[in-house]
Amino acid sequence: MILNVDNLWVLNLAGVEVWITETIFNTWVIMLILIVIAIITRVKLRNFKVVPKGFQNVIELIVESFDNFASNSLGESLSYISPWFFMVFAFVLSSAWLSVFGIRAPTADWATTFALAFATFLLMLFMGFRHRKGEYLKSFFSPHPIFFPLNLVGELAKPISLSFRLFGNMLSGTIILTLYYGLTPLFVQFGIPALLHAFFDIIVGAIQTYIFVIISLMYIRNVAS
Amino acid sequence: MQGTIASAIGVIHIAAAIALLNGAFTTFGQAKIAAQAIESIARQPEAAEDIRGAMFVGLAMAETSGIYGLLIAIIMLFANPLVEVLVNLIS
Repeated sequence: MILNVDNLWVLNLAGVEVWITETIFNTWVIMLILIVIAIITRVKLRNFKVVPKGFQNVIELIVESFDNFASNSLGESLSYISPWFFMVFAFVLSSAWLSVFGIRAPTADWATTFALAFATFLLMLFMGFRHRKGEYLKSFFSPHPIFFPLNLVGELAKPISLSFRLFGNMLSGTIILTLYYGLTPLFVQFGIPALLHAFFDIIVGAIQTYIFVIISLMYIRNVAS
Repeated sequence: MQGTIASAIGVIHIAAAIALLNGAFTTFGQAKIAAQAIESIARQPEAAEDIRGAMFVGLAMAETSGIYGLLIAIIMLFANPLVEVLVNLIS
């Protein structure tokens, strides 16, 4: 029963120890899978047809429905950042779904989710300054300058709560499945865990991915418009 | 000496269980959100999509406190800095 993130190798780069943990390795695996899918898609759609058919139809359906979702929740003028969130969506969803095969989800490590949430935070600041400029700065002092610390803490709490939400959900699924595998005898470890995996990895993973993306989009929309 | 450590660990487990009790209140709040959303959908089925989106966001917001309780429990059980202090103090 091991709940820790394993450390696989320790690299020594110019006197600095770099730890290659299980999370980093699994992230590489998922990145490899996503990149291979992207390259296959690119090669197959080399000659793009006006009337979609077969494979192109499926890809168009996925991309179009995500674009509609993003522009519905962001508004038309901000929807040019939707490709970044499509990447986040694909990464978080595939990391949740690949944990069915016993790969520890990278999102069950706070480092990964905080990186994603911090990217959202930076994007939020950037979009605020780009679209509202001085007004965005003024919103920190909004009712009265005395509220500045409160507003600052409110802004800084956003990436924390966003990252902890995803991390907590993924980690709770990992813990429950680890407990099940660790505490039960061998003959009930076939078949029954499939239901647990279906709930904790597939359903919770999909819902949490949706929530992570839609709350990121909401933050950006609130700031930029 | 060992008895002290054992009782400290027992207290830590009880504290983790108490931290997890906020799940009851979180669930209560989420149930309220879901019930209201279903009521609204039944009243206005054409607005179901918007209501569903708002419901999911509200559920996620309400879930945050439950997740914080879970994290506090996990930290107390697996990464408790006080256990080390206690062990050093005793030995």
